[in-house]
Amino acid sequence: MLAKRFNPGSVYREPELKGYRLLPMRFTRLDSSRYVVSTIVGEYRVVTRDVIESLVTHRLAPGSDAYDDFKSGHFIRDADSNIAPELLALKYRTKLSRVSQFTGLHMFVVTLRCDHTCQYCQVSRQTKDRVAFDMSDAVARHAVDLVFESPSRALKIEFQGGEPLLNFERIKSIVELAEARNRQEKRDLQFVIASNLSLLSDEILEFCELHNIYFSTSLDGPASLHNRNRPRPGRNSYELTVTGIEKIRCHLGVDRVSALMTTTEASLPHVRQIIDEYVGQGFRSIFLRPLSPYGFAARSGHFARYDSERWLEFFKEGLEYILDINRKGYALAETYSAIVLRKMLTPQNPGYVDLQSPAGMGISGVVYNYDGDVYASDEARMLAEMGDKTFRLGNVLQDDYRAIFLSDALLDPLEASVAESVPICADCAFVPYCGADPVYHHATQGDAVGRRLTSGFCHRNIGIFRHLITLMEDSPKDREVLLRWGFGSHRRA
Amino acid sequence: MLKLNVPGNSAIRPLTIDRDAILLVTENIEFPIALRKKSALLVRANESFISGGFAMVLVRDGVDHARLPNQNVLGLSADLNYLAEGDVVRVSKNSRLKTLYRRGARGVSLLVTERCNSFCVMCSQPPRDVADDYLIDEYLEAIPMFDRSTVEVIITGGEPTLLGDRLFSLLKALKSFLPETAVHVLSNGRTASDIELARKFAAVCHPDLMVGVPLYSDIAALHDFVVQADGAYDETLRGILNLKRLGVRVEIRVVIHRQTYKRLPELARFIARNLQFADHVALMGLELMGFARSNIDELWIDPVEYQTQLKEATHNLVDARIHTSIYNHQLCILDSDIRRYAVKSISDWKNEYMPECAGCSMTHECGGFFSSAHIKRSAHISPIVE
Repeated sequence: MLAKRFNPGSVYREPELKGYRLLPMRFTRLDSSRYVVSTIVGEYRVVTRDVIESLVTHRLAPGSDAYDDFKSGHFIRDADSNIAPELLALKYRTKLSRVSQFTGLHMFVVTLRCDHTCQYCQVSRQTKDRVAFDMSDAVARHAVDLVFESPSRALKIEFQGGEPLLNFERIKSIVELAEARNRQEKRDLQFVIASNLSLLSDEILEFCELHNIYFSTSLDGPASLHNRNRPRPGRNSYELTVTGIEKIRCHLGVDRVSALMTTTEASLPHVRQIIDEYVGQGFRSIFLRPLSPYGFAARSGHFARYDSERWLEFFKEGLEYILDINRKGYALAETYSAIVLRKMLTPQNPGYVDLQSPAGMGISGVVYNYDGDVYASDEARMLAEMGDKTFRLGNVLQDDYRAIFLSDALLDPLEASVAESVPICADCAFVPYCGADPVYHHATQGDAVGRRLTSGFCHRNIGIFRHLITLMEDSPKDREVLLRWGFGSHRRA
Repeated sequence: MLKLNVPGNSAIRPLTIDRDAILLVTENIEFPIALRKKSALLVRANESFISGGFAMVLVRDGVDHARLPNQNVLGLSADLNYLAEGDVVRVSKNSRLKTLYRRGARGVSLLVTERCNSFCVMCSQPPRDVADDYLIDEYLEAIPMFDRSTVEVIITGGEPTLLGDRLFSLLKALKSFLPETAVHVLSNGRTASDIELARKFAAVCHPDLMVGVPLYSDIAALHDFVVQADGAYDETLRGILNLKRLGVRVEIRVVIHRQTYKRLPELARFIARNLQFADHVALMGLELMGFARSNIDELWIDPVEYQTQLKEATHNLVDARIHTSIYNHQLCILDSDIRRYAVKSISDWKNEYMPECAGCSMTHECGGFFSSAHIKRSAHISPIVE
């Protein structure tokens, strides 16, 4: 007993006896016995069906652990406290704060020319004709002006191709122009070159060191797979890329180069070898990416050859192997899982373009093509290369910022595809982790909103969400690792 | 434990002060004459010469009385053996001496009021509804005498914000006279649920100020029970949000006892989700003083019994990249995974080690005990031998 002048705990529980109200939530079956319930800001609980029934029929017992857990997570509120709406609003604003920042990533296609002939590539051109597929000085200048019209405090300019190093002079002029402009703008300005590194020279490295430029490269797996996916004269793409990675690490620093892999049908049986390649090269993360349904990939029938089910098998096998590598003492994160887990565990939004609602097109990133055409995303540009210019927002030589970013080509699909209002998504417990991908659904289903039941995007993502939540629930060892990925934490194991 | 407020001194020569005097302590007999009116000379044993002009002369046992001036000489109780150069004291006509500032202290605490709007079941400084406005006046007078190299000043109570504008004049004085000193205000945050009060914290524009706000549970009813005030949970959370909204740094302080340990991991998760912007979270062991002692049966739990919860909570916070510390726990009872978050947090005047510590190789890194641990402490204290 507490001393006489103190009230017992039950006194403070009295307001709870008046009943509770439900806050916005969604629930979806996880497996044969369990459900996932999530709030509008993505906080979730995994519970059995009878708990869900008690919850929604107002039969949870006040003071029980389940009651406290749902109340703490802002699934319910009662007369004892009215702070929940304020905290939910704060978390919701945090999640959506990227929308007010608007476009941070600006992709410049400085040339379509390339020294590789990758089968899955959507856009590259084999040509000696420099002028036809290189970005002109006038296009570059107008595009840089548009970059600085974005309200975003952080601006990232990414050079793409083709192989952008084939037009390094244009990269130099854009970097110098943007830096000169930024001396007054004082934004947080960053540069990235997406390159296969085959043309990396000392001169280029020196320039990149001086201007603090990052590299993003392609590494599809071990030499045999990489060279098969990425043919070039001499069949030495792998050797050139790996040498380039090493050079950048030595001259610019270990964090200045990252690598992306593209999954092809040939990759499917080799997920472990692909992961081993990344570990062997000293990378601390790997992004198990699906093949995109655009460009040559779709035209050559590659996309049809394996469906999202087969890809999920590939992903799960890879993830298990990566988790095992972590357990054995090497910290290696799977990037897509890390992005999803961040959304599950925190109110933050990592800003990955495919998992945004409103969609990331135009907001998360925008593409300035070599000819001045502006596209809502990389995928929108690839679609255009296939002849479908639905998501062309304008041209830097003819249109101003307002005309481009308030174009119907951008605003209509953005408005139509907000996931929280799309049939099926609106009731899905996973929607806080997911996003709208109007370009994908337009490309595969002919409609920016699309039908979820036959959507590869939906099937693949829900498969990943279920898998990650199941691991978090059922495997304490994996949970430790997944928590670290989600929070980007550096806690020692 | 050091005694800070000591009545048992003797007036060796009559005290002619007409009001309480706040004085800077010096052992320097050649102290500039211009400063002596506001200073007390602390006479070293065997001092051969005593210069005049000091407002007060403080002597310990063993000093020859023959050479002492004929007024304002105070014989110090043995409790005040710690007094030293640079300290600031208040001397009253009735020979009572209160130490306001110790230059050598690890952290300087200023208790600014005993009044409080909460009534926490484990309060180590039980609130009293007394007119104690004079406390702030003393500190306002004493602060200019504090050493400018003081690392940190802790403003404590009671609930300091009940002083209203007087608290903010104190904070302004600290900023003006001790511009390099960190200031830590221990407030329950309830009054900051009024944005105007929160604005006053921001308006001080102190370069290194943090408000330490207690949050005892993720569940309103449990927090309100601990602080014995209905609605306190909402007020405290609103206070934290208001302060952070205005750019005032906030620390969240959690005291662990039998009533709060069970949901510690959930509280940590709640903080990570809702208050990830907190500048620091302190997970604190119980100090067995005041109400904690009256309610010991309902509050005491051997810290060894809650290591599972403490470890999970710590990891939940650290994973969310929140700066987290464990206060008031001895290294030997902490799970080895979380020892690295333990901080020496106990104010030095009430910080001790126990007989069980003999032979321990980690004492220099261990925060040790509150003096009150003489009453009760973990049954699992044992020397760490390497």
